[in-house]
Amino acid sequence: MMRDQKLWTWHLAAGVVILFLLGMHMTVMHLNVTVPLKGLNPAGGHPIDWANVVARGKSAFFMVTYVVLLGAALFHGLYGFRNILFELNPASWLKKAVSMVLLLCGLALFVYGTWAAIAGFSLAKAM
Amino acid sequence: MSEKTLSEITYRIRRFNPERDSTPHWEEYRIPYSAGMTVLDGLWRIKETHAPDLAWRSSCRMGVCGSCGMLVNGKARLACNTQVTELGGGTVVVAPLPNFDIVRDLVPELAPMFDTHRALMPYVIRDDAQEQEHPTGEFWQSAHELEQYLQFSYCIKCGCCMAACPTYATDALYSGPMPLGQAHRYNSDTRDGGFSARKRVLAGEAGPWRCHYAGECSRVCPKGVDPAKAIQLMKRELVLDYLRLHKEHCPAPVAKKPTEGKRRDNIPEAPPPTV
Repeated sequence: MMRDQKLWTWHLAAGVVILFLLGMHMTVMHLNVTVPLKGLNPAGGHPIDWANVVARGKSAFFMVTYVVLLGAALFHGLYGFRNILFELNPASWLKKAVSMVLLLCGLALFVYGTWAAIAGFSLAKAM
Repeated sequence: MSEKTLSEITYRIRRFNPERDSTPHWEEYRIPYSAGMTVLDGLWRIKETHAPDLAWRSSCRMGVCGSCGMLVNGKARLACNTQVTELGGGTVVVAPLPNFDIVRDLVPELAPMFDTHRALMPYVIRDDAQEQEHPTGEFWQSAHELEQYLQFSYCIKCGCCMAACPTYATDALYSGPMPLGQAHRYNSDTRDGGFSARKRVLAGEAGPWRCHYAGECSRVCPKGVDPAKAIQLMKRELVLDYLRLHKEHCPAPVAKKPTEGKRRDNIPEAPPPTV
């Protein structure tokens, strides 16, 4: 019975994480002129210049933030989507099925995205 | 419209008699206007002169009992607390509160709302049953602690908030603003120790999570209660409880009687009791 209290709390926590990491994304990718952080775009120039992409790819910090952002965004989005679907008053069995499908989709996407982040990190390191 | 220019008023009422009608229908009545006339006064006039079988609930006629909640010109209000002139003239359109089944005419079926209300234990829960059954004094509470729940205690359970809530309209799982607001009213009362007992219901899927914060409940409340705020505060309490940061207040102790306290020197002694 306490499940929704737990899920809601994690939903809020994921929202805060997204807010922080998307803020960081904006700073790194779009506000590089206004807020020049040399360490995040070490080659200078535009953030999507190849040298900058490779430099960030070599960073374990960025790899971890990609994985954390992926996990937070997936949980936040899929839990919200689940709530929207539940407001359509599905039958009890359908609710369980929806929860299971979303859980499996979320896990699959998280594993795939994590693999991609780690693979990108390994590739950049090898350059 | 001013009272001076108004001589007659038209009521458009949604009628439904389950023994006779398959679906609700509208009927119009014209009645003379009298100064200070409320929507409820008009309904009484219609019942006396046009439609003796018109049904609605009402009791106190002064916005206290919460019986006469109905949809007046598209807004959930108390019929006894709504002057005809404040509706801007024209036709007074009256329908039963939406989001409830209709028993007959303007009588909504409020039993589901009160079932949910009862399930959330809207009363003071304490361990000291003996003290509650045979009180030896008042429970101690500061003015600040009283402020935490005072406005929520003004709720008269009229159901206007439930009728205005877009989530309650579409989501059968949602408890609704009135029961949740009242659960918060007792959770935030320092004389109460029932947070854990209520949490068994509130922390589940019927809890405050489904509120979208449309705020309509607070907008229509005829007593100025803010159920939307109560629901947000309740969400915060439940989140803090999950994070083990919620301060479980001990139910307030019995306050010392004035005779048991130590009087300050600069305060004169009370005169002896006369009764």
